[in-house]
Amino acid sequence: MEIRIDKKGELIIVINYIWFFLIFIGMLVAIFTGNIDVINTAVIEDTQEAVMFAIGLTGIMAVWLGLMNIAQKSGLIKSFSKILTPITNFLFPDIPKDHPAISAIVMNMVTNMFGAGNSATALGVKAMEEMNNLNTDKKRATNAMCMFLVINMSSVQLVPLTVLKIRADAGSLNPTEIIGTSLIATTVSTIVGIFSAKLLENRG
Amino acid sequence: MNILVQILSIISVSIIPVIISIILIHGYIKDINLYDCFVEGAKEGFKTAIRIMPYLIAIFVAIGIFKKSGAMELLVSIFKPITNILGIPNEVLPLIIMRPISGSGSLAIVRDIVTTYGPDSFAGRVASTMMGSAETIFYTMAIYFGAVGIKNSRHTLKAALLSHLAAVIASVVICRIVFG
Repeated sequence: MEIRIDKKGELIIVINYIWFFLIFIGMLVAIFTGNIDVINTAVIEDTQEAVMFAIGLTGIMAVWLGLMNIAQKSGLIKSFSKILTPITNFLFPDIPKDHPAISAIVMNMVTNMFGAGNSATALGVKAMEEMNNLNTDKKRATNAMCMFLVINMSSVQLVPLTVLKIRADAGSLNPTEIIGTSLIATTVSTIVGIFSAKLLENRG
Repeated sequence: MNILVQILSIISVSIIPVIISIILIHGYIKDINLYDCFVEGAKEGFKTAIRIMPYLIAIFVAIGIFKKSGAMELLVSIFKPITNILGIPNEVLPLIIMRPISGSGSLAIVRDIVTTYGPDSFAGRVASTMMGSAETIFYTMAIYFGAVGIKNSRHTLKAALLSHLAAVIASVVICRIVFG
């Protein structure tokens, strides 16, 4: 991962470099350890997996965008966003109060919290599109986008169901004992994420 | 605790049906043409899914090569001295590094830790806590920024990595306090 400094002295970590180094270092290691054939496997298997994932996402995305369209036309989204104004105002001061981005963001967070996987992704993409409508420089992420992604990636999940299943399968005496610790850890990480994003955005 | 878990599980299962019902009933009351409205919105779904496909392929392939080549293990051995100083159990080190990179990969590591050291061992509990408190950073960034064609992600990765680091440290500290 490389850090670049642009004209205004702003630090930019470009996905471009990360992508290149993931492949480049992977290639080097494969050559030195003498298992260059894993590259071929990765190229075939992982691209296929990516396409399958995108196709799988199509259906759930269509469902949520269809429902969101109804909610928007009926005015539900407007009233929903109003209730959450104090929170969203703090996190996303640049997004107007009754903008459709707010409701997509909130619904993404709710579905994320309850571990609804692909539904959350569909709503998250919708939120990004709405936020990009407010964006003046379409190639550059806005403060709101950065904040949204950081919260999303710090993952506030109430019940980590897959982990519970793994623990139960391995014969844990109390598989659910980690729910409390997870909740505290995820709260800490989300708070740190929010404040990091707030502090870093002012440097640009 | 167990009653709370049951309540949360019930909410988890019913949250999507509840949201769908509210949207449909509200639309019905407001006299919206539900079917046409749904279809009109759903059309967007296909465009979006196809638009993010190239970004998904790019990130899947890069992570696949990085993981399968053994570069992942190399990274783990580089970081070992640092985690030793911080008092993080060595067993969970691969998870700390894998978590931001791949969801399925880190799930496999959690399964491995839990079966090797036991789900109720300290490493097992820390690994479980960590898995429940972090998210895959690179996929999420690739999908969400890819969907709208953002090239400059600014401070997102830095803030996300700081948040991940906080999740790691918090998991170890909290497990030490709660489970001793």
